[in-house]
Amino acid sequence: MIAKTNKPRAKKVTASNTVGGEVLNPIQVLARAALTAGPGVIWITVFLVIPSFILLAFSFLTRDDLGGVTRPFTPDNYVRFAGWDILGFDPVYLEILGRTVLVSLVTTLFCVLLAYPVAFFIAAHGPKGRNTWLTLVIVSSWTNLVIRTYAWMIVFSPGTPVTELARVVGLVKAGDGLYPSDFAVYWGMVNTYLPFMVLPLYTAVERVDWSLLEAAQDLYASKIQAFVQVLLPQTLPGLVAAIILTAIPALGMYVVPDLLGGAKVSLIGNSIAQQFGTSRDWPFGAAISFLVMGLTLLVLYLYARRAGEEGMRDLL
Amino acid sequence: MAFLYIPILVIVIFSFKNSKYGVDFQIAQPLFKWYGSLFENDQILNAAENTLIVGVISTFISTILGSLLGYGLHRYKFPGSRLFAWLMYIPVVTPDIVMAISLLLMYAALRNFLPIFEPSLFTMIIAHITFQISFVAIVVRSRLAGLDNALEEAARDLYADAWQAIRFIVLPLATPGILAGALLAFTLSIDDFVISYFTSGPTSGTLPIWIYTTVKRGITPDINALSTIIVLLTMIAVAASNLLQRNAKD
Repeated sequence: MIAKTNKPRAKKVTASNTVGGEVLNPIQVLARAALTAGPGVIWITVFLVIPSFILLAFSFLTRDDLGGVTRPFTPDNYVRFAGWDILGFDPVYLEILGRTVLVSLVTTLFCVLLAYPVAFFIAAHGPKGRNTWLTLVIVSSWTNLVIRTYAWMIVFSPGTPVTELARVVGLVKAGDGLYPSDFAVYWGMVNTYLPFMVLPLYTAVERVDWSLLEAAQDLYASKIQAFVQVLLPQTLPGLVAAIILTAIPALGMYVVPDLLGGAKVSLIGNSIAQQFGTSRDWPFGAAISFLVMGLTLLVLYLYARRAGEEGMRDLL
Repeated sequence: MAFLYIPILVIVIFSFKNSKYGVDFQIAQPLFKWYGSLFENDQILNAAENTLIVGVISTFISTILGSLLGYGLHRYKFPGSRLFAWLMYIPVVTPDIVMAISLLLMYAALRNFLPIFEPSLFTMIIAHITFQISFVAIVVRSRLAGLDNALEEAARDLYADAWQAIRFIVLPLATPGILAGALLAFTLSIDDFVISYFTSGPTSGTLPIWIYTTVKRGITPDINALSTIIVLLTMIAVAASNLLQRNAKD
C-alpha cells in the first residue's frame, strides 16, 4: 500500500479561473493555455501519442517477401508471440519474455538490497557530505550506458585479475572470460540501475521521521522489527517509485545483454532489435514492442492512481 | 559506490595503455597518444560534430517548448491537462527501445509522402526533442510549484500587466529550473544511444553509436580515450547543474 504521508493540501484558490490575481473567463484560460502549453501538447501528441497508435497498427500487419509490410490485418503476430507458429507450438518468445521478467526482477531485487544501505549511508552525513555523495551517484547515472557497459567487457575479459580470480575459484575455464555470460548480464544490469534506485530511495530516507525509530527502540523493538515496522513503511513510497524506475526500463534493456551476454542471452529488448535488424520482420517487432509498452502504461497508470501527484514527482 | 566507479576508473586507466590489443598494461608512450589519434580520425570528428549539432538544436527547442508546457500545466486547467501531466512521465519510465521503434515506424509511414523523414540528423533531433520536452517540463513545473503565487499576484496588484508579471516575476524565479532542465536535456541527448541508434541515418551517427559499433569489433585504447573525455564532460555538466540548484536555494 502506498501511504499518503503528506497532509492533504488546502485547495489552491488560484487553481482554475482566477489566475495571478485576475479573473479569467474559460475562453481566456483556454487561450492562454494554448499559448503556453499548446506547442508542447501538440508535439507530444504528434511524436509520442500518434506513434504509439502507429505501433499498434503495424503490429497487426504482415511481413511481405521483401521485408516490407503488407495487409491483411491479422492478429497473427500476437499468436506467434504466444507460441503458435506455422510449424506448431513452440513457446520460444514466451521463454524470452519469462527470462526477461526474471532478469528484471532479480536486477531489481539486488538493486534494492544494495541501494538501501547506500541511501542510509548518504543520509547519515551532514548537508555537505550528502551533497558530495549524491553528486557522485548522479554523475554515474548520467555517464553513458554504452561506456559503462563496455568497461565491464574489459574487466571480465580473459586474463584480467578478476577473471583470474574466478578461474582459481573454478568459475571459468582457463582462457575463457567472465563474459559473455548470464552472470555478466546481471552484473551489468545491477550496475546500470543502481543509481536510479538510490536516488528516489534517498529522497524517501531523507523524509524519515527519526524520532519514531527512537520511540521503537525505547519500546525494545529489535533492529529488524524497527526496520520493518518503522523505516520500511516510511520509505515505501520512495521504494515503489524506485522499483518502477528499475524494473520497467530493465524489461526493455538492449545494450547490456547485447554487449555482455553475447549471442548467449536473448532478452525482449534484443528480440525487438533483431526484428528491425537482421530478421527484418517489422510487424512482429511492433507487436513485441507494443506488449512492452502496454505493460509500461498499465504500471504507470496504476501507480498514478494510487500514489497521485506526489508519487509522480518521486519519479524524477 | 566503488561498484559504480570501477567501470569509469578502468576506462580512464586503459586510455593510457601503450599496446593496442590485449590486457597487459604498460603506460602509453607518449602519454596522450590515443587522445591525439582521436583528432585525426574523421569518423570520430564527424560523430562528435553530429552529437553536438543534435544536442544543441534539440536542447534549444525542447527547453522552450518544455518550459512553456511546464508553465501552462502548472497555471491553467484545460481539457486534457491532467492527461498530459500524466503523459509527460511516459518517456521517463518507458524502455527507450519502445519509443525508438514507434518513432522509427512513424518515420517509415511518413516517408511515403514526405522524403524529409529519411533517417538523418533531422529525424534524430525530432526524436530527442520528444523525450527531452517531458524532462524539461517536469523540472520546470516542480520548480514553479515550489514558488509563491502571491508574488505574481502582488505584481498584478501593482498594475503590472500579465506579460510584465511573467517577464519580471515568474521568469526570473523559474530560471534556475529552466537552466537545470536544459542541462538535463542536453546530457540526455549526448548520452542517448538506443533512440539515436534506431532513428539515425548512415552518415548521422553520434559518438555513443560510434563507440557501440566499434566496441562490437573489439575494444581499443582510443575508444577509452574518447570515453574518458565524454565522462569528464558529463561530470562538468552535473557539477554545473548542482551549482545552479544550490544558488536557486539561496
